[in-house]
Amino acid sequence: MAVLTEEQSMLRDAAKSWVQEKSPVTAFRKMRDSGAELGYDVAAWNEMAEMGWAGVIIPEEYGGSDFGYLSLGLVLEETGRTLTASPLLASALGGASAIILGGSDAQKSAWLPKIAEGSAIVTLAVDEGPRHAPDKVSAKVEGGKLSGKKTFVLEGMAADVFVVSAVSGGAIELYLVAADAAGVSRQKLSLADSRGAANVTFDNVAVSDADKLTGGAALLEKTLDRARAGIAAEMLGAATQAFEITLDYLKTRVQFGQVIGSFQALQHRAAKMFTELELSRSAVEAALTAIDNDSPEVPELVSLSKAKMGDTFHLVSNEMVQMHGGIGMTDAHDAGFYLKRARAAEAAFGNQAFHRDRYARIQGY
Amino acid sequence: MADFGGTDLEAFRGEVRTWVAENFPAALKGKPNPMAREERGSDPTPEQEAWRKAVGSKGWGTPTWPKEYGGGGLSSAEARVVQGEFARAGAYNPIGGMGVMMFGPTLLEYGNEAQKQEHIPPICRGEIAWCQGFSEPGAGSDLASLQTKAEDKGDHFVINGQKIWTSGAQWADWCFCLVRTDNSKKHEGISFVLFTMHQPGVEVRPIPLIAGSSPFCETFFTDAIADKKNLVGPLNGGWTIAKRLLQHERSGLTGAGGGLGSGGKSIESLAKEYVGLDEQGRIDDPDLRTRLINNVMNMRAFQQTAVRAMMEAKGNASPGNTTSIMKNAGTSLIQERQEMALEIMGLQGLGWEGDAFKKDELEAVRGWLFGKAFTIFGGSSEVQSNIVSKRILGLPDLTQSK
Repeated sequence: MAVLTEEQSMLRDAAKSWVQEKSPVTAFRKMRDSGAELGYDVAAWNEMAEMGWAGVIIPEEYGGSDFGYLSLGLVLEETGRTLTASPLLASALGGASAIILGGSDAQKSAWLPKIAEGSAIVTLAVDEGPRHAPDKVSAKVEGGKLSGKKTFVLEGMAADVFVVSAVSGGAIELYLVAADAAGVSRQKLSLADSRGAANVTFDNVAVSDADKLTGGAALLEKTLDRARAGIAAEMLGAATQAFEITLDYLKTRVQFGQVIGSFQALQHRAAKMFTELELSRSAVEAALTAIDNDSPEVPELVSLSKAKMGDTFHLVSNEMVQMHGGIGMTDAHDAGFYLKRARAAEAAFGNQAFHRDRYARIQGY
Repeated sequence: MADFGGTDLEAFRGEVRTWVAENFPAALKGKPNPMAREERGSDPTPEQEAWRKAVGSKGWGTPTWPKEYGGGGLSSAEARVVQGEFARAGAYNPIGGMGVMMFGPTLLEYGNEAQKQEHIPPICRGEIAWCQGFSEPGAGSDLASLQTKAEDKGDHFVINGQKIWTSGAQWADWCFCLVRTDNSKKHEGISFVLFTMHQPGVEVRPIPLIAGSSPFCETFFTDAIADKKNLVGPLNGGWTIAKRLLQHERSGLTGAGGGLGSGGKSIESLAKEYVGLDEQGRIDDPDLRTRLINNVMNMRAFQQTAVRAMMEAKGNASPGNTTSIMKNAGTSLIQERQEMALEIMGLQGLGWEGDAFKKDELEAVRGWLFGKAFTIFGGSSEVQSNIVSKRILGLPDLTQSK
């Protein structure tokens, strides 16, 4: 755990106790079983916003607390522990970052206060296929009309505004597009992880310069790096919890007259998972800290954190099922939730292969 | 002494800078530490001796150790200033070895006043080299099964038995040694004693390894003598002290930056040199590239973890349980890197000796072979995993290790 300020410790403790009381994994299960249209519990999201979590990275003049990305990462880690599904990642981090980094005063005034109070959901619509490839953009803006299709948009059904990447005048640009604008249609996607996702089609949607963010492809990369570090923090929480649940099982499940955690074959795999979690925690905290410091190393440190965290969550979620044996295969057990979340989170904003390649390119090999 | 920052620290920096300018021999600038393994065996030059004596008499080679035993008596902030000023001047710390890394910190914690007065100052002055009499032919991972026997003869012990993998025994003046003083108990029958290596009952034979010559020795004791005053801690109470010493050893082996085998060119620059880049600027072997990136990224996460552990432990100077995860994580990454260096160089990386091979290439093959020891010594990877399972994760113990 990074060395925290007093405000950060308080924020983390508040998140920890709220998650335990109000949003245990049973709440996620209930949401899934209810087939919630948006893929999250709206009442719970409102409570999160009331506690100020939707405004953690938003400047005070726009209604946020300006505590920074490490602070928001602490909250995401705690909500990640119990797989809490909410727009915290997509909107309070992803959408908010795009506007903070590239928005005009008017755009900031219009949307940041609403994001901070949780009343508007702004999300990134930047991929056009099943694999993350943000530099491959075929959506285009011509003659003031946006056309194209964006896939696997996180909280796509709940979104009020999309941050859409499109080619305009030969370059990638980002546009803020209202979900209720004429020509926008969305299709709900039902994915294994039960989170809210949608494919969104833009058919000759009217856009103007007032809708454009400033910064183009560089802004897209900067924004994505913040989303990547944020989802890595959420994955850190989920993987840590999955490990702790598994460790607890090793200490209580009895076979051959002894707890299975006394078997060295399992002990060494547990030690390996613990080691990988420690290494991953360092990478995630370093990435978030680098963002807060506006370090030139943000891209490589973020790719390191997402790749490392992806590998570790993959390992831990697989071991969670394997070490639980048959019970881990049942829908009644939580292990499957962690396994499904792990794969969806790995694929979001670039999987391990994507980020390894990116890390090496940045380093020049 | 409490840390003090700001102007006081700046005044101290000025003092150190002046002292280094006056005392560090210009001929040694940028030269490696003669304590380093390869350089051993030849006599030190007059400049090396002068620098050792100068630093030793200041106590700055062991900057945070208490002044009354010859240490520097400095705060950790001041110690960093000394380290920084040495580096700035291109000067190495001439005080090192097992006495500094493992034995001294352990004796400061567990030794009595007379023992500290006798043994710590010569370590601070770099006068005495210590070796570690722990492993035996029949006691490797199961260290506590050791059989080297110490018989009580009134004012001294008589020691008979054999130790193995005694690093640097051929150069050592003194040995800190685990001996059996009670056969009826395993862990509670072990004592921690000190004795001179310069006595008739001690015989040392270096062991050639797969990498060629090595610092490792077999050490035989035939009626060797240890004075009673050199029993550290209570009789049969040596195991607790040994465990503490091993923590110091592991943290020394895997400190920030992965102290082991980290010299030489980076693996990515070797790959660029031997394999080349494709038209897109990528290493021209996709399979190798992926594995290489993985290693580089994991190594970076390892270094980030070393830094994080240091920040979190600020003010808590002793090594903790994290040293166990660090040893396994670090050593496996270094071995992977050493194997990759050979793969990158191809058969050129398997040169044993001769003009057909560059220095880098000859070092790569020796490094790869010697590196196999990293996951065996200082507690094998398997023993480290046992320690993590038991001490950190709280899983039950079936190996009866302690």
